[in-house]
Formats: sequence, C-alpha cells, structure tokens
Amino acid sequence: MQNKVEILVNGSPCQRAEVSRRRFFVRMTVAAGSAIGALAGLPVIGFVLGPLVRPAASLWRPVGSVESFTIGQTVKVDFSDPSPLPWSGITARTAAWLRRTGESEFIAFSINCRHLGCPVRWVEGAKLFMCPCHGGAYYEDGSVAAGPPPEPLARYTVRVNDGQVEIQTNPIPLTTFGS
Amino acid sequence: MFKSALAALRFIDDRTNASNTIGPLMKHIVPRDARWWYVFGSAALCCFIMQVITGIGLALAYVPSGGDAFQSLKYITEQAPLGSVLRGMHFFGASAMVLIAVMHMAQVYLHATYKYPREMNWMSGVVLLLFTLAMGFTGQLLRWDANGVWSAVVGAEQASRVPLIGPFIAHFILAGDNIGGATLTRFYVLHVFIFPAFIFAGVALHMLLIMRHGISEMPKAGQPVEPSTYKRDYEARLKKSGVPFWPNAIWRDAVFSLIVVVGIIACAVFFGPPVLDKAPDPTTLNVNPSPDWYFLFYFAILSMLPASLETWVILGGPLVVILGLLFLPLLSNKGDRAPSRRPWAPATLILGGTAVVVLTLYGAKAPWSPNFAAQPLAQNVTASAGPSATAGAHVFFDKGCIYCHDVDGDGGHRGPNLSRVGDRLSADQLIIRINNGGHNMPAFAGRITRDDLATLVTFLQSLRNNAGPLPTDTNGFALKAPPPPAAVPVRSPQGDRR
Repeated sequence: MQNKVEILVNGSPCQRAEVSRRRFFVRMTVAAGSAIGALAGLPVIGFVLGPLVRPAASLWRPVGSVESFTIGQTVKVDFSDPSPLPWSGITARTAAWLRRTGESEFIAFSINCRHLGCPVRWVEGAKLFMCPCHGGAYYEDGSVAAGPPPEPLARYTVRVNDGQVEIQTNPIPLTTFGS
Repeated sequence: MFKSALAALRFIDDRTNASNTIGPLMKHIVPRDARWWYVFGSAALCCFIMQVITGIGLALAYVPSGGDAFQSLKYITEQAPLGSVLRGMHFFGASAMVLIAVMHMAQVYLHATYKYPREMNWMSGVVLLLFTLAMGFTGQLLRWDANGVWSAVVGAEQASRVPLIGPFIAHFILAGDNIGGATLTRFYVLHVFIFPAFIFAGVALHMLLIMRHGISEMPKAGQPVEPSTYKRDYEARLKKSGVPFWPNAIWRDAVFSLIVVVGIIACAVFFGPPVLDKAPDPTTLNVNPSPDWYFLFYFAILSMLPASLETWVILGGPLVVILGLLFLPLLSNKGDRAPSRRPWAPATLILGGTAVVVLTLYGAKAPWSPNFAAQPLAQNVTASAGPSATAGAHVFFDKGCIYCHDVDGDGGHRGPNLSRVGDRLSADQLIIRINNGGHNMPAFAGRITRDDLATLVTFLQSLRNNAGPLPTDTNGFALKAPPPPAAVPVRSPQGDRR
C-alpha cells in the first residue's frame, strides 16, 4: 500500500478524498474524546481542589474563664476546628498550650512541632516544650532550644472576651521550603 | 447430567474462545533453568491478590469516617468473627508484599535481567514497587488511631517543604487546613480506589511485557547481551531446550506462594494484627508517632541528618533514588549479566541491604527520641552518695534530664550516657554544660535554681567508678562540692540555636 504522502501527491482524486476523509475522522474522534474528558473531569477537579483555594476559616473559640487559669502555668486547652464536619467526631478537636502571663494576658502556642508536625508536650519541671519524634525542644517562649526544628513554635492569637479566654483558630503551621 | 455440563462448558469455550486465548499464554516456552530464583514475582502478585481479598473483607465493616473509623476497627478486631485474623492477614500480607517485591527486584538486579530487551519490565516494576510502598503508608494511616492521625500530619509537613506548591500539597493531603473529618476519607480513596487501580494496570503491563520478551535465562559468564543478536539467539536456545511454563515452571511458583500464604496466616494467627494505639483524638498529645517497619529506615535517615540538609534530603532523596532506579536499564542495557562479571552488583546489594537493615533496627530503637517513659532513678543508684546527691537525682528527673540521658540503664539516649560522667567532667564543666546547654541540649540557665543546680551537680559528680581521682578544675584542684553557680557565664536562651 502507498503511504499517505504518496497518495496525496500522486493518488487518484478518489484516493485523495478517502485520505482526507480519514484524517477528518481522526480529528473528530480526538476532539470528541477530549470533550468527554473535559466535561466529565472538570467538575471532579473543581470538587477536589475547590476547597483548597477557599480562604481558611477562622473563628474565636472559648477555652475557659479567665479565673480558671493560674498565672504562670502552661496548660493544654482543647477546642473545636473552625469548620467541623458532622461526621468528624473527635478528629474535629484540636489543642493548644495556653499560659496565663498576667491578669488578662495570655499566650497560646501551637501543639505542632515545627520540624515535622509531631505533638509537643510541655515538661513543667524543665520549662520546655519537647517533641517525641526527633527530639526537638523549645523554651517557654517557644524559641528553639535544641534539635532539628527550623522555627519557633507557632502562636495563636488569644483574647479575653466577657471573662472568657478565646483562641483564634488557625491552620496547622507548615514549615515551608527555605524557612 | 455430566454430559450436558461438559457440553455447556464446550459451548462457553467455543463462543468465548477462552482456552485458545489463555492456553498458549500459560504454555509459553520458558528457559529450562528458570527455577527457584524466579518465584518472587509471582509470590508478590499472590500477596497483592490476597491484599485485595482481605481488603475487601475489611472494607465490609470498616467505616471510612474520621469520627467512626476507630470504633469500626475496634469492632473488627475485638468482636467480628475472624476479624482479628483478617486484619492480621492484611497487615502481614502488606509486609510480605513489600519484602517479596524488594527481593524480586534484588534478584532481577543481581542477574541484570533488566538489560535489553527487558528495560521496561524493570521500569514498570519500579513503578509497582512505589505504589506498593504508597499502599503501605496509606494503609498504616487507615489504622486510624493516634499514630495514624500524626502520620497524616508528618506526611503533610514533609510535602509542605516542596518549593512554591508545598503548602498547597499539604492542604490537599490533609483535605483542609487541619486534621478533620475529611482527612481520613482522602486516604481511604487513595488506598482503596486509586492506588490499587494503578497496581492492577501496572501488573497487567508487567505481565504483557513478560509475554512479549519472554522469561530471561539464568545469566552465564561470557554470554553478554548483544541487542542486535539477542532476540534471535534467545529464540533459538528456547526452541532447543525450553519447557512450557504450564506446568513445568509454574509448580515452583505455586509451592513458594503457598509457603508465603501459610506464613502470612500463621503470623496473623500467632502474632495478631498491629495493636491499635490510642483513639484518633488530635488533643491527645502523649503519643509517640512512628512509621510501620518498612519506613523505619527512612525515619532513621531523617532523624540523624544535620538539620541544615534536611529539606534537601526530604525532597531530593526520594527523587534521586526513584529516578536512579527507574533509569538504571537505560544506563547499561547490554553486556555481561553474570554477577561474577559485575562485582558491583552483589556489592551494592550487600551494602544497600546492610544499610537498610541497620537503619531499620536503629529506627525501631529511635535513640534520638526523648524517652518520656523514663521513671525516677532507683534508690540504689542515688542513695550511696548521700542526701544531697539523692536530692540531685530528683532534680535530674524533674528537669527532664533523664528523658535524654541514660544513667545505669535508665533514661533516654539522645544525649550522652551519664552513668560515669563524674569521671569525665569536673563540677565546673558540668555547671557550664547545664547552664549553657550545647549541641542538641537546651540551656538551663534561668530554668534551674541555684540549690537545684548544686544538688544536681553533686549527684552527677557521684556517678563515677570509685577508682580514679575526681576530675580537676582549671586550677588543678579536685572538686568535692560545686562552686556557686552564679560565677558561671550564662548565655541567653535565644542565643542557643544550633
């Protein structure tokens, strides 16, 4: 059989018409297939990626009355995510390390180690936050005391509202490239 | 009755052409010397099929919701008939699949089977191994306990180190800004639908390529692969001495796979499934996340790296290894296959294998993690040195020193063993260390009272072999009691970054 180029150059008008007809069919099939892919795929992609481009929700969550915290003590407080799903159960909960530093002054630290996100625990005797994973340690102001963390512990914004201590929710702190 | 059943079978076979399609595939000619070395690939496939079957069984009871998964796992393990065995089979099946896939790869590498024309057999195998590991990671996470939750966080944190799009990937992994109801479902879909689909497709491609290029012969020294003549010679040799795969070769595959399956079920029955950690409550902070055994070596590498190299290794390490493995056959696809002519191949396997084993054992011990389970030191360690040293031993525990320092077998291993520190360091030197901290040690200046420091140093000084003299201070005098701590220079905590 002659190849396409030969037919287009030397072939009979009938042969030439058949080759161009087939070329049209190929284009038609590819176009229809791509359209099917796009029509079916775009809503799925939008569904999966949509939530990611939405700005993070941020809410004030009460964690207890001012009097329930002793000045100078660092305690774990639990509160709920900004946008829990009905089936989240206990996974909707999150925690922070809260310290009362004055009459109505508070500091709240994220529980996530800045190395790889493991949960740091407050060691009262040593006045250190310590990470169980790779031995990261932080001083009581959250600055790095030892180990691999590249950054100090992240903090939450805290306010006192009507005698209640409230923490402003935040996304999980991520250590990014170059930090 | 029997006759009509036979007639029905014949009808089906005639119309579907089944035996004519499958028969020649099963009876394709393989080299006579393809013996026990060749059983790993089919055993890995057998493990995968078993994972699919046990996985479907588990999925019948598993609830892929962040709030309920843990309860459903508890139900499967504790109440469902044979649930514990099923979970055990799925776990040990995963372990076996990883192990056997790696052995298969090691055999193919040792015998250089990846050379012409089987380059893409190897490459599709590498991709299959990656998906197998991805199944391992997501599977560990579906064991949605405290360890599972924190594995998701650690995975997301590693992904967030990717330049520019890192945080985006991290949020994609977590299905939001935080661990929550959607996180688990994401991993469930990956583990149950997406990755298995790729594995099915990969296995199909892998098998098609085996059919296309044939099973390789055992390598012979002095019989190098020459792409221009290989196929012709291979066909000729096969015609002369080959045997049909069914049944001359397949029985070894069947026997080895049976041993593997019996081993998996025996482990599932005798050892049981991995114990569930605490509930997946992100507010439970007294957890100690660590990966399943097949990632312990990587856990160890990340833990022992200098922090400055970490991002590069997290991002670059897997990339270099994956690309290196993937393109290995393109680097050398001809020449000798025999290990005796390629001494680097066995050497690489022995060195690499040893490294992975050592790192895995080290990862299991995780000496870089503080030992939060450490108990106060026993009386016999402290009492003999007097009340001050005993008080110091309490300080040693209260201040968390024991989490990182071992004394006579108790404590952590992140810092130096202090069982005989009295022989090494004078009181002066001890005070400087404690106040200033040092390599990987927090500075305790301002975090310890003068009295506590004094008793702590007395205690540490008492930790010595009774033989030699006490270490001396800079003036050459032996020190019995610590000098006042105030005389020691102190650095600010903030200045103590590594």
